Amino acid sequence: MTRVIVNMPATATRGEVIEIRTLAGHEMETGFRRTQTGELVPRNIITRFTCSYNGVEVFRADLHPAVAANPLLSFSTVATESGTLEFRWTGDRDFNVSHSAAITVV
Amino acid sequence: MTTTRRQFVLLALGALATGAEAQLAPNLAALRKAALEDAVRKVTGGAPLRAGRVKLNLPPLIENGNSVPLTVAVESPMTDTDHVRAIHVFTEKNPQPNVIAAWLGPRAGRAQLSTRARIADTGAVIAVAQMSDGSFWSDRVEVVVTLSACLEDGLI
Amino acid sequence: MTARLFLFLLVFSAAAGAEIPLAERRSGYEFMARETRAMQDDDATNPAALWLLDGEALWNRKAGGADKACAGCHAVEKMKGVAARFPALHAGKLVNLDQRINLCRVEQQKAPALQLEGRDLLALAAYVGRQSRGLPIEIAVTSESKPFLEAGRAAFQRRQGQLNLSCAQCHDQNWGKSLAGSAIPQAHPTGYPLYRLEWQGLGSLQRRLRNCFIGVRAEPYAYGAQEYVELELYLMWRARGMKLETPAVRP
Repeated sequence: MTRVIVNMPATATRGEVIEIRTLAGHEMETGFRRTQTGELVPRNIITRFTCSYNGVEVFRADLHPAVAANPLLSFSTVATESGTLEFRWTGDRDFNVSHSAAITVV
Repeated sequence: MTTTRRQFVLLALGALATGAEAQLAPNLAALRKAALEDAVRKVTGGAPLRAGRVKLNLPPLIENGNSVPLTVAVESPMTDTDHVRAIHVFTEKNPQPNVIAAWLGPRAGRAQLSTRARIADTGAVIAVAQMSDGSFWSDRVEVVVTLSACLEDGLI
Repeated sequence: MTARLFLFLLVFSAAAGAEIPLAERRSGYEFMARETRAMQDDDATNPAALWLLDGEALWNRKAGGADKACAGCHAVEKMKGVAARFPALHAGKLVNLDQRINLCRVEQQKAPALQLEGRDLLALAAYVGRQSRGLPIEIAVTSESKPFLEAGRAAFQRRQGQLNLSCAQCHDQNWGKSLAGSAIPQAHPTGYPLYRLEWQGLGSLQRRLRNCFIGVRAEPYAYGAQEYVELELYLMWRARGMKLETPAVRP
């Protein structure tokens, strides 16, 4: 089971720019490594990360094999209203993991 | 005609050289540079890339290229009419030039991105910011990657 | 002739016994780049946090024929100080924390032992180890444990492998100097299990020891070998008083 960790404030003032830090447990196998017998280890990475704020996409990232394993992604967003932020990681081999966090905006 | 020992050694070396050439492109550096320019051009569409407004932060001396903390910050008011649309990061010496592309917009509040990258070798890392007005700005950092002291197999 | 021999022996024994003075000991943390240290210090971005979550879940999950969770017998707060005291003797046998956890799995939970260096055992060891973060390493030396400590010390000072190097030669006598561009640390196990950038994952002290064995081109023992546990005991004793940083980050 893939672990993801999202660090963000639970409350914010309207208009405040909040920082969101995410960690996802994933090997990010590059597809460039070889086994002891010389075979190429096939690529297996997270290719996309999205953050939606009450259903509206506010951040998206396209990841390539050059992103390190257990990818860290830190970005910011404006606290516009109370609601839910949904984070989704998708990638090779039908990888699809999501996480939600609530925010109260005063 | 019998082959003299000298002729045999020269033939063998010749065969070895062509074999080696088939496996390691002698112009690897040039190929990687071309791939990088291609990748950047795909983003800019040929538009001029200006240096400035973008600050790419990563350690100049990297003790382990497997996980390098990297931050890109772009000067921008991040308003509806003037904001950063996207941030792209590339490397010069990786087998493949793209690292990450992040799509922002006015709701980001701040044009900033942090992640951890894999950097294969000593060379340049480049960040490109795509602005809402269609302009492209960039920053470039030269890094030195040190190898691990003990050559352990990564699969052990 | 005897004077020269005496001088030679004096120099040789001084070099062999040249352990790092207690006050000069430095954790591997201090040899890392600023950015790697920041990765360890920030709980939110330390990649080991992913394993800590797994460890917490496993601690609370019922298992085995006895249908008991670790939490059923131990409140996790009671684990404070535990990791700082291992390896330790258990019924006359020297065990490290991983082996001790497995003993509980088998004897108390009536569950199969977890695979050594497997994700579950590493996560549990990290979670237990985390409870001792900031505490000084405390290894008790008794008449019972002394033979194991001496065996570990002998292993540390023994040359091995095709490169014919001993641990002591690099980590006692040449720490701080550069080896292939990286600083040689003093080899104190202050943060295990830890996230090693080289592994792109969490690993145990034994995994790191195996890497060093391979580094000097010696054949590594299998995971769980008594030789490793004795060496772990010596290393922890050598690091006595130093603060535990589990789960650390290392390059």
